[in-house]
Amino acid sequence: MSPMIDIQLIATVTAAACAIPGVFLVLRKMALISDAISHSILPGIVIGFFITHDLASPWLIIFAAFSGIITVVLVELIQKTGLVKEDTAIGLVFPALFSIGVILIAQNANDVHLDVDAVLLGDLVYAPFDRLIIDGADFGPKGLWTISVILVITLVLLLAFYKELKISTFDVGLSSALGFSPVILHYGLMSVASVTTVAAFDAVGAILVVAMMITPAAAAYLLTTDLRKMLLLSVLFGVGSAIGGYWFARWLDASISGSITTVLGLLFLIIYLLHLAKD
Amino acid sequence: MRYARKFAVLRKQSLLGDAISHAALPGIAVAFLITGAKDSNVLLLGALVSGLIGVFWIRGITTKTHLKTDTALGLILSLFFGFGMLLLTYIQKQPNANQAGLDKYLFGQAATLVESDVLLMVIVTGISLLVMLLFWKEFKLLLFDKNYAMTLGFNTKFIDGLISFFIVLAIVIGLQTVGVVLMSAMLLAPAAAARQWTNSLSTMVILAAIFGAFSGVFGTAISASQNNLSTGPVIVLVAAIFVIVSFLFSPERGIIFKQIRLIKNRRDLQLKKTLYFMYDIVRDHDDISRPHAIRILNSFQGFTKKTLSKLEEKDWITIQGQNWSMTEDGFETAANLYNNNLPES
Repeated sequence: MSPMIDIQLIATVTAAACAIPGVFLVLRKMALISDAISHSILPGIVIGFFITHDLASPWLIIFAAFSGIITVVLVELIQKTGLVKEDTAIGLVFPALFSIGVILIAQNANDVHLDVDAVLLGDLVYAPFDRLIIDGADFGPKGLWTISVILVITLVLLLAFYKELKISTFDVGLSSALGFSPVILHYGLMSVASVTTVAAFDAVGAILVVAMMITPAAAAYLLTTDLRKMLLLSVLFGVGSAIGGYWFARWLDASISGSITTVLGLLFLIIYLLHLAKD
Repeated sequence: MRYARKFAVLRKQSLLGDAISHAALPGIAVAFLITGAKDSNVLLLGALVSGLIGVFWIRGITTKTHLKTDTALGLILSLFFGFGMLLLTYIQKQPNANQAGLDKYLFGQAATLVESDVLLMVIVTGISLLVMLLFWKEFKLLLFDKNYAMTLGFNTKFIDGLISFFIVLAIVIGLQTVGVVLMSAMLLAPAAAARQWTNSLSTMVILAAIFGAFSGVFGTAISASQNNLSTGPVIVLVAAIFVIVSFLFSPERGIIFKQIRLIKNRRDLQLKKTLYFMYDIVRDHDDISRPHAIRILNSFQGFTKKTLSKLEEKDWITIQGQNWSMTEDGFETAANLYNNNLPES
């Protein structure tokens, strides 16, 4: 496979894997949690790197996902004290964690390949060169495998718990009355979002993860209120923008993640204007 | 520069700062593309414009569609930032490689500030201070009761716009120091810390300004004292320490004092329970001050020697050797324990 197809495949699968939890984040008014997670996994990655000294180690993903979950827990702890509102809690937690990450990098990792820009922005261009090689046989890029596994897990979880997720998203009271714990579903969703963010940002960078999670879902939400259609539409939007963005970046010779985000933005702008015209 | 931020916390738009600071990035890139110069005033003007576009789009999304604020913020934040990155990488590939240094707006570098930058900050701070004092009453009203402000005939749209403008301005000016990524913390943390110590808006604004200024000074000092410490993150961490201390130790809302009050209330309740148990015994006798053995309280779990002496301290009972007897005062108190709402008969 050529790098060109590899990049598009990674972008496509990542877009699909992000779009699904994104729909629920948007519906549950937790869109900004993805932003918080994408920043605060930095210290997890840095600590994981110090322990393993290997940027490709799966431990990094585990550490990062762990610090993502710590973020969610911390935000909820601060919220529970009732001292500040939810969004303030988010805004307090992630910059602090991110700062710790940045300082850790600056202090210790000066001479290694781990810089903040790469973490924040990522770049798809290099993703195809990190290949999974077992017994000398080339099985394609590692990033593609990681994100595909996560997509499959997300899909399985979605199909298995579709009804529960749907009810607990729209009516917390009913869902607890029916015996599904909203808390377990909440943390389940958060864990999926966290792991997806970590895996995706390895390939596409922290900011694009946020765009890929929220934008397709928000655009789809403007077009339909049917959850099933919304899920399908947002996957479609995500995948479409991923491929469109890739070609746009080739034409401009600029950052692929930046251009995918831009295409997503244009898409949202068009749907937003259509929505305004309809009213 | 440190004044606009408090309003953001009170307006429940805490993460607006985060969104705006990211939204400013494409403006910087566009300003550079158009002028080709790295003059920081021009770049900041670009940042201001794109920040304002971001704010108005956020407002448009939340008022004209059913999407919620958090979604709108996340959208603007990521989309503008991604577009900005696209432009930055595009600029980097251009032949006139004058672009080095644009990325300092990502993380900020207080060390690269020159005199004219500082002067600009001082001027902007002065102007926003002046405007804040001029429109103080209007700001306050709008924050706490928008509808009332409207009925009084204030032009809420104008004031709203004014506040937004100054928030954007404060952020854009701050970008050079702490950068896009950490700006939101600078906007939030001092205000959130100040909120814990006071309920008055004016005190809160002053306190937040002090906290913000101190985090800036300490953060810069710490980062200057050591190699490899970037200024922005250190400032943010210092501000975070202010927040933690405020959460824990503020006398009114702080977690520690709240806990102490809770324990105190619980003890008080325990005390009253003991008293009521005694009241139950005493009630059956004609003479309320008749002594009873302490032993008979053993079937009631809630009492200790300490609670007894506490009760005595309050003059609710008297203790003589192994006996206790209830006072007139204690009897009254116990009788009225569970009917606080009734008038005393």
